[in-house]
Amino acid sequence: MSVKFTKDHEWVAVEGDIATIGISAFAAEQLGDVVYVELPAVGKNFNQGDAMAVVESVKAASDVYAPVSGEIVEVNDALVDAPQIVNECGIGPEGWFVKMKLSDQSQLDALMDLAAYKIFVES
Amino acid sequence: MGGKMVEFAGYNMPVQFPEGVVKEHLWTRENAGLFDVSHMGPAFFRLIEKAGLAPEAAHIEIAKIIEQVLPCDVQGLKRGQIRYTCLLNLDGGIIDDMMVARPLNDDEQGSLYVVVNAGGKEVDFSIFNELGEGNVTVDRWDENALIALQGPKAKDAIKALNPNAADLGFMNYAKFETPFGDAIIARSGYTGEDGFEILVMKEYAVALCAQLLSNENVKPIGLGARDSLRLEAGLCLYGHDLDETISPIEAGLAWTIQKCRRERANFPGASRILNEIANKPSRKRIGIEFLDRAPAREGTIIQNQNGDDIGIVTSGGFSPSLNVPIAMGYVATEFAAIGTQIRLMVRGTARDARVCAMPFVPHNYFKS
Repeated sequence: MSVKFTKDHEWVAVEGDIATIGISAFAAEQLGDVVYVELPAVGKNFNQGDAMAVVESVKAASDVYAPVSGEIVEVNDALVDAPQIVNECGIGPEGWFVKMKLSDQSQLDALMDLAAYKIFVES
Repeated sequence: MGGKMVEFAGYNMPVQFPEGVVKEHLWTRENAGLFDVSHMGPAFFRLIEKAGLAPEAAHIEIAKIIEQVLPCDVQGLKRGQIRYTCLLNLDGGIIDDMMVARPLNDDEQGSLYVVVNAGGKEVDFSIFNELGEGNVTVDRWDENALIALQGPKAKDAIKALNPNAADLGFMNYAKFETPFGDAIIARSGYTGEDGFEILVMKEYAVALCAQLLSNENVKPIGLGARDSLRLEAGLCLYGHDLDETISPIEAGLAWTIQKCRRERANFPGASRILNEIANKPSRKRIGIEFLDRAPAREGTIIQNQNGDDIGIVTSGGFSPSLNVPIAMGYVATEFAAIGTQIRLMVRGTARDARVCAMPFVPHNYFKS
């Protein structure tokens, strides 16, 4: 399973044609304490770059963008009840936001791998 | 100290320290937080020539001058007392909100200690400079350090500067000798907690903060928690909850206009303000209780249950103490009664909410 990153600090882990999506530990740290997460409805379709979820800290609301195009097949309801999970395990198995059925595998090619993302964040 | 810095009103300020806004906020409510608020505008407003005036007469003289632009009973301030007030434009709109205080000692009468907001400093001081027909000077102290120490354990921590400072009454100030030179210490703040605001010469600021932070109950707190603390306390942030179109009556600050000033009616915008006191303003500041967990930020449209726009959120965030979103805003007065059902339009979705009383978290001010 490969993990890719976007310039908007989402991560995407792909298995077959299902992409699991979350926000990076760097993004969670920048946001500070997450107090609210709004997730899309299952069955909804998004194009790459669409705002698909919202994550809010004490101070501000931020959009989470679809890193790839596809249909939402599952959302992580645990985040709605316990948004602090985003800070505690951003990229761990519990911190995911949505699972999406990919409509265009080739979109993954343009995303960064972990090494490239680290350089992006540090620059 | 690892603060994450942001630009605010032209100043580079820590928005949060490594523990994060929620922990900093709760620490301040339970222990004591130290805030660098040196961006604000402390100043002394002084009579240049007070020869021949007895101390009381000198106070009345300077009070009458500043009362030309403030609806506060400055003449009636007791020695050492601080009052919260608004600097008004000719329409009764708020140019800035500020503190004004009367000094303690005979030789200081004929001067006033004021603290204005960072963003309003230049305008405010230029207004003060034009008052008093050349017999008043504005002695700015905003190049020095203003440090707030807030929370239930502040009264013990302040003793490191001068034990007598712990005996100040709420909304009183005095000059104290400290290991860091003379400092002006006020029993006031912006968190709803007991606490102090300390004006100290800039060369001593770092050492003074280090001394206070050496107390295990005191931690540095950033701008993020300062905002969530004041919102829980129901306190206004200028430029958000107050502006030049909003009157003190609309803002729920009628209590800052003492009876004698209403009777004299000699402040800017008096006709509008007195009319609003008698006949209600057209809009009012409200607290908002959320019926679900989605925060509503500044600028969120408020609707009534029929879907008509009735107002706007001016401060919206999350309450770490209550673990729910909280907000304040303005609505048409007919919808301002406590308990009124309203809707917040958050990203196109109507979220049910209710008008509620403020503060959201009870004030915990010092009672002597």
